[in-house]
Amino acid sequence: MKKILNDVDGVENEMIQGLVKSAPKMLRKLDYGTIVVRANKKEGKVALVSGGGSGHEPAHAGYVGTGMLDGAVAGTVFTSPTPDQVLEGIKAVATDQGVLCIVKNYTGDIMNFEMAIEMAADEDIKADYVVVNDDVAVRDSLYTTGRRGVAGTVFVHKIAGAKAEQGASLADVKGVAEKVVANVRSMGMAIEPCTVPAAGKPGFELADDEMEIGIGIHGEPGTHREKLRSANEIAKMLVDEILSDLDYKGRDVVVMVNGMGGTPLMELYIVNNFVQDYLKEQGVHVYDTMVGNYMTSIEMAGFSLTLLRLDDEMKALYDAPADTLAWKK
Amino acid sequence: MVAIIEEMAKKIEAEKDYLTQLDNEIGDGDHGINMARGFAAVEKKLPSLRDGDIGSLLKGVGMQLVSTVGGASGPLYGTAFMKAGMACKGLTELDGPAFVKAMEAAVDGIKMRGKATEGEKTMLDALCPALKAMQDDVAAGKSLKEALTDAAAAAEKGVEYTKTIIATKGRASYLGERSVGHQDPGATSAFYLLQVLAEMA
Repeated sequence: MKKILNDVDGVENEMIQGLVKSAPKMLRKLDYGTIVVRANKKEGKVALVSGGGSGHEPAHAGYVGTGMLDGAVAGTVFTSPTPDQVLEGIKAVATDQGVLCIVKNYTGDIMNFEMAIEMAADEDIKADYVVVNDDVAVRDSLYTTGRRGVAGTVFVHKIAGAKAEQGASLADVKGVAEKVVANVRSMGMAIEPCTVPAAGKPGFELADDEMEIGIGIHGEPGTHREKLRSANEIAKMLVDEILSDLDYKGRDVVVMVNGMGGTPLMELYIVNNFVQDYLKEQGVHVYDTMVGNYMTSIEMAGFSLTLLRLDDEMKALYDAPADTLAWKK
Repeated sequence: MVAIIEEMAKKIEAEKDYLTQLDNEIGDGDHGINMARGFAAVEKKLPSLRDGDIGSLLKGVGMQLVSTVGGASGPLYGTAFMKAGMACKGLTELDGPAFVKAMEAAVDGIKMRGKATEGEKTMLDALCPALKAMQDDVAAGKSLKEALTDAAAAAEKGVEYTKTIIATKGRASYLGERSVGHQDPGATSAFYLLQVLAEMA
């Protein structure tokens, strides 16, 4: 393993400190753990807290700022933050309007956020949460934990963040967050795995001519493995999976071509070149497109596609101003 | 009990890489790392918990695990130790029936927190058979040492059983049938803790 590090145990803390130092006017790190909040707390609005393991940069702290999140709680790499950390994050941003936590659908994240919300209720803080589960690679059934939350989470940050910034109630912010969840789908693939610094070894191994389909964002193996194919064929396979899960025909859609951390932009643009033409062919109207690294898996090489179906309310909130490290509008 | 907890921390540290390797196969490859970090933090905290009763000791261990392990294992093991602690409030030693009560509280706590039951390829597949063995032995008047030894043996069988089933809870559930053939890391770490209990009792 070759990485630019000082100490594997200091990865999360040094990373968060460096991130905050890159935007000291916008962001502040709490003394308690790896928690990032806006430098200037905004009162009188519902506060949004997101979080999860580290290793997904720029998520989640990169989305803290005007129009998006109020706080982001980072756990160690690929590990949910603990309840006491989430509670500190909630307390730091809480207003009299309440707090909405945005949680991705993983057993650990849900348990830790639930415990934190129970603890916050004990301290008379009104807090609730919404669960994001946009990954179509995992079949939702009684026999699984359910679909994972992946890159679609960024759209929940944006649209619920804009709603909260406008002064909407906790119930309304949660409502629009759930609407985004109902309208967003993603699927990802990898050609190279990633290595958790403390583990020192990659999460899985792939031969030179193989790819892993249906990966999540934690370096875990996907749903199946096949021979590597061309960018267009791979992109078509992912788009088809998403389109077969939700009807996007004739709708305004935001496309996100998300790099997993180790994919050159060159390859992401090659993917986007096909995706745009193919969606047009399929009768899907692309309203806006994002190409870049938004929800990563350390240095994994691969990409995910996310399609968000908009209605008028979501469109206006999507277009509302945002000023964060990773998303400015 | 303090010595047992210390021994548990040693065992988890010794098996750290193996637990991580098991988790790499069907999860996200951090179970050993997270558990070792948590139990190392517990070891550091033990001097301040040494003088209380067993209830407050176990509760302190649980709190420390919840705040240092992370992932799903943190809330699960943390809740288990905290609930066991509440069940032994004020006690300075544990006989068979008290041990069974603490273990029942721990297992119920894990079921509640994880919304899981036996047969879903989780730590419950080691813990539920262990609890059953312990209940049967204590009811039959066997010694605590015998009961814990049988419990550890039942847990070991439970770990073997996890190789044969599909995961329906936790990250391994994303793999569907691909999870068959692999043993569950959480059940494995639960077995190690029970093994330490049996050896030290």
